[in-house]
Amino acid sequence: MAIITYREALNQALREEMRRDPRVFLIGEEVGVYQGAYKVSQNLLEEFGPKRVVDTPISEAGFVGVGIGAAMVGLRPVVEMMTFNFAIVALDQIVNHAAKILYMSGGQFRVPMVIRGPGGPAVQLAAQHSQGMESYFYHVPGLKVVRPSTPRDAKGLLKSAIRDDNPVIFIESETLYGTKGEVPDDEYTIPLGVAEVKREGTDVTVIGWMGMLHRALEVAQDLEKEGISVEVVDPRTLRPMDTSTILESVKKTHHAVVLEAGAGFAGLGAEIATLITEGAFDYLDSPVVRVTGANAPMPYAKNLERAKVPDKARIIAGIKQALAV
Amino acid sequence: MDKKVMVDLLYQMLLIRRFEEKAAEMYAQGKIGGFLHLGVGMEASCVGAISVLRPDDYVIAGYREHGHCLVRGSDPRLAMAELFGRMDGLSKGKGGSMHFFDKERNFLGGTGIVGGQLPIGTGVGFAINYRGGDQVCLCFFGDGSVAQGVFHESLNMAALWKLPVLYICENNLYAMGTALSRTQSVTDIYKKAEAYGMPGEQVDGMDVLAVREAVTRAVERARREKIPTLIETRTYRFRGHSMRDPAAALYRTREEVEEWKKSDPIVQLWDRMSRDGTVSDAEYKEMDKEISQVMEEAVRFAEASPEPPLEELLTDVHV
Repeated sequence: MAIITYREALNQALREEMRRDPRVFLIGEEVGVYQGAYKVSQNLLEEFGPKRVVDTPISEAGFVGVGIGAAMVGLRPVVEMMTFNFAIVALDQIVNHAAKILYMSGGQFRVPMVIRGPGGPAVQLAAQHSQGMESYFYHVPGLKVVRPSTPRDAKGLLKSAIRDDNPVIFIESETLYGTKGEVPDDEYTIPLGVAEVKREGTDVTVIGWMGMLHRALEVAQDLEKEGISVEVVDPRTLRPMDTSTILESVKKTHHAVVLEAGAGFAGLGAEIATLITEGAFDYLDSPVVRVTGANAPMPYAKNLERAKVPDKARIIAGIKQALAV
Repeated sequence: MDKKVMVDLLYQMLLIRRFEEKAAEMYAQGKIGGFLHLGVGMEASCVGAISVLRPDDYVIAGYREHGHCLVRGSDPRLAMAELFGRMDGLSKGKGGSMHFFDKERNFLGGTGIVGGQLPIGTGVGFAINYRGGDQVCLCFFGDGSVAQGVFHESLNMAALWKLPVLYICENNLYAMGTALSRTQSVTDIYKKAEAYGMPGEQVDGMDVLAVREAVTRAVERARREKIPTLIETRTYRFRGHSMRDPAAALYRTREEVEEWKKSDPIVQLWDRMSRDGTVSDAEYKEMDKEISQVMEEAVRFAEASPEPPLEELLTDVHV
């Protein structure tokens, strides 16, 4: 297994899928000549040329719509959002068109399209460039939503997303692009809708993704010294959600803590807590605990930014609350 | 012009007119629900333009799209069944009036969001070039869409990337109930083409032959030279914005409507063909009778078609 960065893993997935299928193309702001604002598309223009690596004007609604039209007539676009914050500009195209055309047409037209790019809390980018973006999408029937937390997941899940016949919202992370991890040398994919137990434990189940997942894994190591065994579950795909892996874990540990970087109100943490309550209530020894971001926009100031997103201390406090220790 | 082509243009316009009249009747009887936007009076625009196309070309439109779908060749029975919300409808009854789709005929909808079809039609043009074909995409929208940001984004990309797309603005002078002069700083929509470096043309949208001629020229440019065009068809809807705006009296005068009815596209073409002896009175009456029978049959078909089974609620989402 090679150790590569999350960014390289995504680049490999794009390259391999574009080599495999001539219908796949990459379109978005700065994906070609500039090699991607975060360099995910490095050297793709060189290999595939401007026909398949398409620089666009700053017209998010416009080029998402271009992707939808191309997908409806048989191509498989990968649309890059320079950051997912800009996808809000294209929300009508994503929600009212991409997600619904299959249904509204009675199954006649599919929209096999991936919209990908970084989203979530970043570092001192302030309110409009740093926020948990997945919540804007996972509510919408017709969309799949993927949040890959490691290089291995990023590559395997992006390849599956490109091969999927539905519109897939694939949200990466500015803060993870430089992180490294093991990635299989041979061709592989990871199916959408399958969670992974990232660390096994017996006392409490912690569910989290992206930055929160990595923080949870650190916390699990710390708490091991205190004799608390933490199981960490990464949903990987937020919609469709693999509830059975989550429930199995909770049935084993009898305690659950849900982490969410974004604002807690009406967030996915609430949905997961409900799923656990509905599916494993009799197994729970205490109420499900949510540890979420503050219900405020992201501030610029370093100290306020740190306070906005759950840190290790708050995660530990949440776990201890669940375990009543 | 070829007699057969003229007769077909007349037939298509009359078919759409009678379909929509029948739909209005069924709406009044409560057999059709929701929003029903009729294009009565506007038939020359879609018929003139779409009659130019080959079967492998593409058409996309907004929510006043019954005519565009029918002239593309969709079965009026399936269209009526869609309005009735029945299983045999074009979209299995799951779309309704605003969401006609017909994949076999490369008819891509059917969107209820004003201007939403503009970037999607642009993407179809992108795909045509990507695959190296010589098809074209006709993207229809109303004057209301011109005020949306995606109008600008789409025309800019189409001109920039040389996409074979015709942007056809069916300018019926009202964005719902707001007059053109109250929504657009420049009311000659075709002039906006110049800002994107593409040809723009204004055409009498009540004259099916004029529309056909302008679209023929633009389609040739798109096929051979990959040049997009903005075409403005000046037209008028004789009815309100939707069935919930029956009188349309708050924003336009009875005199204005009556004046426009004098240039009814069907009457105009019929007069012309009658004068030069292309079609006799008897032939026209026979045609109308035949179409009326088609509509009676469409209603019978729609009534007999079952409601979608409940499992349809959860199909066609996440395939």
